[in-house]
Amino acid sequence: MGDYAYAAPTSLEEALSVLEAQANDGQRTQILAGGTDVLVQMRSIDKEPRTLVDIKHIAETNALSIGADEIFIGAAIPSAALNENDELKGLLPGLIEAADLIGSTQIQGRATIGGNLCNSSPAGDTIPALVVVSAVCVIASPGGSREVAVGDFVTGVGENCLESNEILVGLKIPRPGNNSADAYLRFIPRTEMDIAVAGAAVALTLDEGGTCTSARVAIGAVAPTVLLVEAASAALVGTKVDDDALNAAAAACSDAASPITDKRGTVEYRTKVVGVLCKRAGGIARDRASS
Amino acid sequence: MSKLHVTTSVNGQPEEVLCEPHQSLLDVLRDELGLTGTKEGCSTGDCGACSVTLDGRLVCSCLVLAAEAEGKEVGTIEGVANPDGLHVLQQKFLEHAALQCGICTPGFIVAAKVLLERDPNPDETTIRYWLAGNLCRCTGYDKIIRAVQDAATELAHEA
Repeated sequence: MGDYAYAAPTSLEEALSVLEAQANDGQRTQILAGGTDVLVQMRSIDKEPRTLVDIKHIAETNALSIGADEIFIGAAIPSAALNENDELKGLLPGLIEAADLIGSTQIQGRATIGGNLCNSSPAGDTIPALVVVSAVCVIASPGGSREVAVGDFVTGVGENCLESNEILVGLKIPRPGNNSADAYLRFIPRTEMDIAVAGAAVALTLDEGGTCTSARVAIGAVAPTVLLVEAASAALVGTKVDDDALNAAAAACSDAASPITDKRGTVEYRTKVVGVLCKRAGGIARDRASS
Repeated sequence: MSKLHVTTSVNGQPEEVLCEPHQSLLDVLRDELGLTGTKEGCSTGDCGACSVTLDGRLVCSCLVLAAEAEGKEVGTIEGVANPDGLHVLQQKFLEHAALQCGICTPGFIVAAKVLLERDPNPDETTIRYWLAGNLCRCTGYDKIIRAVQDAATELAHEA
């Protein structure tokens, strides 16, 4: 393989042609957004030289729009910038909290939701939060663009369906209505700067009487990929999201979990805790949706 | 390997450097520009010793490629003191004995300065969370937090 190289294309078209030209030369490429995973990995577990294609100079990957029906978050926007956007935080508090949980102030200044998704760690905090708000990946391909639901994007531990000649441009999210809200909680043994032992995200909609009309529950760090737990969603719909309903949803999450034992937690512990997190996140989402 | 020509600004001074495509901003600051105030701790973004600002935003310079600094404003610890003497934060770190070996100190001061510019009167919890990405293995953190609180108070009086 060749040497390291760096490219900073200023349009999607140019970025795609860099990917194609490098592939034709037999040179490996890797997309660079915030770099908080890429730079660490290229100095440790994966030192093979490649061309780093910086997508931070492209208009589309920096775009942030909050429309009447849809929200778009460009793949190159750092978490800190998202967290400083009060309107976005008000509409998607769970997703922004999930992004805000990742790393220190310094990491927040660089790390992106798009990068967290493309890194595709089982413990990626934003992934369950994206799944419950029905986020869709907008992907630029040589033949045009394609869209893939976040739940279908991640295919395994560190694996996703993005081809080497494609770029994640950003995430499209249906704008939540007034009676809808999301929440994400994770467990770590300290209060900051750690990787999830387990995580749970809940998004739900209430009618005027406080009855849940739709719900999505997703859990992280308890399986090779994020899991959308349909049984937990079903346990909430039609209820007032009271303790009985939340306990049923929690049990469904524990049932769905298939975690491993590692230095961060055991199978038994993760299985139990993911249910507790679902219950608490569900309560937060309910309170937010009714306020 | 072809070197990249990078034009940037460091502490308000225009700089031009030749760097490797995968060379970090940290390495270029220290090895090419001789600005050794920025320290290398972990090189994985965990310790904050290499904290600098990039267009005003706090980042770990070990996790930024030098090439990414093209056209940006970089701020390092060398730019914190003013011609008349130490910055209030630096003075308070001395008064509160908020350092021993000193390796983490530039990162703490750069990080704390960004905090006080955004939030002149942060409470203790805010300071602790903001500085959670800066590790100190000597003093513990209480003296550091007190130095930042005292600096905030003094800066408020000056304003």
